[in-house]
Amino acid sequence: MPEQISRETVAKVARLARLHLDEAEIDRMTDQLAGMLDHFRDVDALDLTTVEPLNQPIPLSNVLRDDVEAPSLDHDEVLGVAPATQDGRFRVPPIIGFEE
Amino acid sequence: MSTERLIDGWELVVGLEVHVELATKTKLFSASANRFGDEPNTNIDPVTLGLPGALPVLNRHAVELAMRLGLALNCRVQPCTFHRKNYFYPDLPKAYQISQYDQPLNVDGWLMLPGEVRIGIERAHLEEDTGKSTHAGGAEGRIQGSDYSLIDFNRAGVPLVEIVSRPDIRTSEQAKQYVSELRSILLAVGASDAKMEEGSMRCDVNVSVHKPGTPFGTRCEIKNVNSIRSVGRAIEYEARRQIDLISSGGVVKQQTLHWDDASGRTNVLRTKEDADDYRYFLEPDLVPLVPDVAWVERIRAALPPLPAARRLALSKLTGAAIESEAVAVVVERGQDDYINAVATVGGDASRALVYVQQAFADEPSTPRVPAGDLAALSLLEKNAKVTATQAKTLLAELVANGGGDVLAMAKAKGFEAMDSGALESLVDQAIAADPDAWAKYKAGEHKAMGALVGAVMKLSTGKADGKAVTALLQTKASS
Amino acid sequence: MTARRTALDIAESVKTGALSATAVLEENLSAIAARESEVHAFNLVTAERARARAARIDADVKAGKSVGRLAGVTVALKDNMCTRGVETTCSSKILAGWKPPYDATVVRRLEEEGAVIVGKTNLDEFAMGSSTENSAFGPTRNPLDTTRVPGGSSGGSAAAVAAGFSTVSLGSDTGGSIRQPAALCGLVGVKPTYGMVSRQGLIAFGSSLDQIGPFATTVADAALLMEVIAGHDPLDSTSLPRAAPDLSAVLAQGVEGMRIGRITDMPEGSSPDVLARLDTAFDALRKAGATVVDVQIPSMSYGLTAYYLVAPAEASSNLARFDGVRYGLRVDAKDLNSMYATTRSAGFGDEVKRRIMLGTYALSAGYYDAYYGKALKVRRLIADDFAKAYQDCDVILTPTSPTVAFKFGDKTSNPLAMYLCDVFTIPTNLAGHAAMSVPFGTGEAGLPVGVQVLAPALGEATMFRVAAELERAV
Repeated sequence: MPEQISRETVAKVARLARLHLDEAEIDRMTDQLAGMLDHFRDVDALDLTTVEPLNQPIPLSNVLRDDVEAPSLDHDEVLGVAPATQDGRFRVPPIIGFEE
Repeated sequence: MSTERLIDGWELVVGLEVHVELATKTKLFSASANRFGDEPNTNIDPVTLGLPGALPVLNRHAVELAMRLGLALNCRVQPCTFHRKNYFYPDLPKAYQISQYDQPLNVDGWLMLPGEVRIGIERAHLEEDTGKSTHAGGAEGRIQGSDYSLIDFNRAGVPLVEIVSRPDIRTSEQAKQYVSELRSILLAVGASDAKMEEGSMRCDVNVSVHKPGTPFGTRCEIKNVNSIRSVGRAIEYEARRQIDLISSGGVVKQQTLHWDDASGRTNVLRTKEDADDYRYFLEPDLVPLVPDVAWVERIRAALPPLPAARRLALSKLTGAAIESEAVAVVVERGQDDYINAVATVGGDASRALVYVQQAFADEPSTPRVPAGDLAALSLLEKNAKVTATQAKTLLAELVANGGGDVLAMAKAKGFEAMDSGALESLVDQAIAADPDAWAKYKAGEHKAMGALVGAVMKLSTGKADGKAVTALLQTKASS
Repeated sequence: MTARRTALDIAESVKTGALSATAVLEENLSAIAARESEVHAFNLVTAERARARAARIDADVKAGKSVGRLAGVTVALKDNMCTRGVETTCSSKILAGWKPPYDATVVRRLEEEGAVIVGKTNLDEFAMGSSTENSAFGPTRNPLDTTRVPGGSSGGSAAAVAAGFSTVSLGSDTGGSIRQPAALCGLVGVKPTYGMVSRQGLIAFGSSLDQIGPFATTVADAALLMEVIAGHDPLDSTSLPRAAPDLSAVLAQGVEGMRIGRITDMPEGSSPDVLARLDTAFDALRKAGATVVDVQIPSMSYGLTAYYLVAPAEASSNLARFDGVRYGLRVDAKDLNSMYATTRSAGFGDEVKRRIMLGTYALSAGYYDAYYGKALKVRRLIADDFAKAYQDCDVILTPTSPTVAFKFGDKTSNPLAMYLCDVFTIPTNLAGHAAMSVPFGTGEAGLPVGVQVLAPALGEATMFRVAAELERAV
């Protein structure tokens, strides 16, 4: 089990999740996450070495659809609810610190 | 330097990651149209836009095209799963890309380059494409310094296969051959239209250098290499940069670079330290894809002949060298079947290959000119009924009109072959008009022949075949 | 509660013209007018749409047209199911005002059978909570005692039925979000087998756990609703390739010869009044001819632990799409990354942020194996333990909730205490099984107690037989 979650890790996770947390929120979040992760240490009592993970409860496979086109959503209806648009496209603020 | 295995004692090591858009009607996970060039945001549905509550359902045709490609690349097709690759970017609607991670569809294949150079294929997996961003304001079209960006989601969700080669490529020429051969295979199996200029085929290139016999060097990944020519240029530039860096005491850092075709340089996009943490996990909205043996074999059985086999067949049929440009070009255009058809109706395959290579670049794989018409032309030329120059004129007319009665066309142009009686009478007229030349020729002065042939040609208003005239003069002189 | 018209009665009477859909609806709208301001079950009451719909059904009846199995039955929808052109918010500021351009599959199926949708009900934001106190639009109150919570996260849907605002309702259940509020509001609530009901159009919380299910006042009504909403949907890859089960037909079959499991190593912490009702339930089933057998689920108490990593991990990814680009809230900022962070921080409430953080952490490089990977293994253990138990019994009975409805604020300060509300309901979601809560008398303060009937995957028919028997025994 990894060591207790640090304030720095919480700040990094917040960046990864694109959440802006102020200093007080980071403190509070660090405590709360530490508490919850601490609870998870219960699981150390179990021997899980030979246990396969269960991702999906009901096993299905090969669920496929035919390559048949259906009508698009209405362009105006969709762009009408967008926060900002221009020239039939979704407009976003300048992209800084990203790769092209 | 492009075909040299060593550069100043350094060996180049290249691996390629090629993304190709599959030629489906709809997207990988929804029924929205997969169509290039439509008005922005007109091929959108809840899944494409990542609307809350929308769920992906896998496109069977996309799977089968990917399997076709995998089999054509000699891969093993195996049970596979889909993962979410999580990152934020405005052209990625769900903020995760559905891709394949540790269990891809196709693994362990290879592709053969000219000269029996075998390049390993590590994997060829399915994933969805992103939307398209346009950067506006500031330095127009560039992301840095732009005022805002505009997003079109028509491309989002288009099915892609990412083909990852092993680092088996050793020269920039091989890299170009690899991309070119891969493109031919994609076209042959109908998996993609593979148009690099429209982005339906995109290359990322991994480059490192090392001294032979030592471990591989640190590699850099070059993105945005969007033509076969750029693949060669980018590799050569990057190899030289790395060699110069090391030679001057520097160390190559693991970086992602951006190829700028205009300046012919690579620029750093980011170094590996700040690589994103993609938090891959199994996509809970999709179930495993488990192609059984019967399905795989059905796809394999339906595979068309692949470019390498087709080049061999075309070479045998026409007598042209297997590595000749004519054979390569015609197979890439998929017009080899057509040459077969010309030969089947009795045409001359060797001449047909030349015609098709020269005049059918803008024609579809089954050209509009009926095979029979091209066969007729090839026979006219072969049997010396028309001259090579005349044949070229007739070919151009055939292409312009989408076919035609070659004999009638030749006749209309006055290209019809003169019968031997008419020719002989012209020869006699020429001899009578210039007895001096005839005497010199008979005395063994071969230069005198030119004047006589010229005179016959003039009398025939160009219709006579020079070779036939010469032959006739020789016969007369020796009789 | 006074005797109410059931969905079955309404559909039957509306079909014959003995009762008008409009009259049914107006009764609900009057109840809403009288008490909604106090209860706050709804984020939106769609009165005019509902009136038009009811009038249409009445006209169809008059014209002799067929009107469907739910003709005139009023339904409230949890506000995390997409309704075309009608605001769907997940009780979050980030989606406030958003009108989806499409209908969820369940919405389409309800309307095809003549149901009348009266509105969109309140929930814990993005279904994260057990009391409906986490709604961005204010809490819902329990109609049976407005100083108490209705449970959650489908608290609005439970309260709407309990208050007579609609005949039945739909909720979604990721870790108990239908069964627990059903218990706290004295209703029948069903969490179907994973894949039984389409998730298409349900705004995802934990994709491998979420299921839509009904709230009703009777087991028979819940069965009818299941028959309408269940069955294969080609738009959901995890939808089971089978038709809706026939449940109405089995309700009268009794439990003679059935084996009812009692978990001897059940997690502790249930209040005595609740445990007493559970004992009475076992007695009632014994009396009806069933045998009670002891079973063990050693991993049960670890369910909570596994769930609180699996669900947030999936949620952290599912909720990443709320980025201010295509729909919903945007808080403008100078650059894209700032826009993302300010939008998401302004749009999500504390509980949602907490779970996004936990889930992001559990999936991130270096921690995946220790947390998410391990949680999935615990999930397997729980499923295996239940599989073993079901070799010896047909269904298992537990409390639905450790306590009756609690007071506002009792658990809001301590996330872990709130999470403990779900200790009996969570294992079902982890295993993908079926379960339902049946009201079985009252406990402390005269408040309802729910008994939970657990069944293996696809065990709905058996489960409903037991539930019907418990209903008869009250």
